[in-house]
Amino acid sequence: MHLIWGNLRRKKTRTLLTLLSIVVAFVLFGFLSAIKQALTGGVTLEGANRLIVRHKVSIIQLLPVDYKRRMERIPGVAAATHQTWFGGIYQDPKNFFMQSPVIPDEFLDMHPEFIVPAEQRQAWLQTRTGAVVGRKTAQRFNWKIGDKVPIQSTIWRNRNSTFLWEFDIVGIYDGRDKNTDTTALFFRYDYFDEGRGGWGAGQVGWYTIRVTDPAQAAAVAKLVDAEFENSSYETKTEPEGAFIQGWANQIGDIALITASILGAVFFTILLVTGNTMSLSVRERTGELGVLKAIGFTNAQVLALVMAESCLLAVIGGVIGLAAAWLLTSRGDPTGGMLPLYFLPARDLLAGLALCVALGLVTGFFPALQAMRLRVADSLRRI
Amino acid sequence: MSEQGDGSVALVDVSGVEKVFRRGSEDIQVLRDLNLRVPAGEFLALMGPSGSGKSTLLNLIGGLDHPTRGSVTIAGERIDQLSDHRLAAWRARHVGFVFQLYNLMPVLTAERNVELPLLLTRLSKAERRKHVETALEAVGLRDRAQHYPRQLSGGEQQRVGIARGIVTDPTLLLCDEPTGDLDRKAGDEILGLLQALNREHGKTIIMVTHDPHASARASRTVYLNKGQLTHEAPA
Repeated sequence: MHLIWGNLRRKKTRTLLTLLSIVVAFVLFGFLSAIKQALTGGVTLEGANRLIVRHKVSIIQLLPVDYKRRMERIPGVAAATHQTWFGGIYQDPKNFFMQSPVIPDEFLDMHPEFIVPAEQRQAWLQTRTGAVVGRKTAQRFNWKIGDKVPIQSTIWRNRNSTFLWEFDIVGIYDGRDKNTDTTALFFRYDYFDEGRGGWGAGQVGWYTIRVTDPAQAAAVAKLVDAEFENSSYETKTEPEGAFIQGWANQIGDIALITASILGAVFFTILLVTGNTMSLSVRERTGELGVLKAIGFTNAQVLALVMAESCLLAVIGGVIGLAAAWLLTSRGDPTGGMLPLYFLPARDLLAGLALCVALGLVTGFFPALQAMRLRVADSLRRI
Repeated sequence: MSEQGDGSVALVDVSGVEKVFRRGSEDIQVLRDLNLRVPAGEFLALMGPSGSGKSTLLNLIGGLDHPTRGSVTIAGERIDQLSDHRLAAWRARHVGFVFQLYNLMPVLTAERNVELPLLLTRLSKAERRKHVETALEAVGLRDRAQHYPRQLSGGEQQRVGIARGIVTDPTLLLCDEPTGDLDRKAGDEILGLLQALNREHGKTIIMVTHDPHASARASRTVYLNKGQLTHEAPA
């Protein structure tokens, strides 16, 4: 171990610069993972048995509210409920968060990942203008239960011919796990539907349906779309994950973008670290020859060089991941556009595995070069 | 171990050895039908002009290279037939090397340098420490244990090299021009140390040297020229 540390400390500037490049790569890895999580990660385990039904043409096209009854008659559908995009602004367009009218009981039963205390749920059922808001948004705007909140819709005009809607905060919901978005605001559909003047009455944005058997989800999706085929409002039914992915993909193929950036970064790091290790081995040809002369086997010399490159990669990787975790744990940097912005534990683990892989790959060829040194030749080169 | 003509037992038995190096399409014969026997406890000097094959012979005896033909038997074991892996293990057990340029690890202290060969043994940390202290004591450098090579003089570095060579108590100590990079005074000290190891501790030493002053400290000197032993001179 002394020898490994000593060798890394031999050329301090070079080691430090290589280490910094690895740190930067892993900070980037952390950020991109958090962004990917934010854009595509809103799918919980519950989502496995949920399907989203939207208009076949586009998400912005509405569907009739009476589709619910027809959907619930389809074999394999356990329940259905709807939501509609409200597109509201609170004080400033930068203060983005999602708002949606829902039928409280149906919605909360469909989404057990949203935790609302019983008395607040009751209050919501009793208050037509009531709304429940996620903990993050409540904290962000310092909203408390009992507050009256004005939100200006960008889509829906009310009976007063204005776009300004008022809601009474009757509940604050928490997420059952870290993956649950706690930035949205949900209010009652009856208040919304009666309040909106004329346009869109009796129509909703999309449906969420729960299937009785997740294994049959694909078959149920086909049945739902078949039910509304050749109507004025044909549907497209897809898993919740695909639906959320579809929103994110309006920016582009997130997975492809992140994979491409990371691929380029890690390829560069591979060259940088590989070059450092290769130089380091070349400079130490004589020393490696001495180690072999005193009895170190080829495999032990290989392991020594591999250990050096792995140590370098793991130190850099762990520092980079820790920095990324600290920076992303401060939350959404966009002020609401990325409510699920955090570095997931699985990506941290993948990052750690990547450190080790980086160390192994960058160390392999220099280690092979060291292993293949002939003792007599390497001693002659001193 | 094989018996010599005079009835003494040879620790090192080099028999009919040839060594050919290939450089491109050219074969260079470095050793030709070479025979050498070194009894246990001898301090042998190998002399000869540059390119005569001294270091190549030392490498063959130390198991650092394989002969093209012939056999190398050390303490009754044919090392020319061992695989690279077994040869490495054999070297760890039986041979200590001392190099002209000391070849210490610059990133390790004197103590850690001496400890290196012991890392290949099953000794505990405490046992290793004890062995290292004994070896440094033997070369008179116990008080410099925590110094790095760059903080030591050439003579002191070579002493550390010798301590590293003897720390495992090897069967054979092989020295390749151990005083070649030292001034006369430091060189004399190193030669005195090798002599003491040979006389007081019974170490078998084979030393390659150009220097008649150094070879005079050995108990026997053999001369090589163009890959063959030409003559020998007892001390």
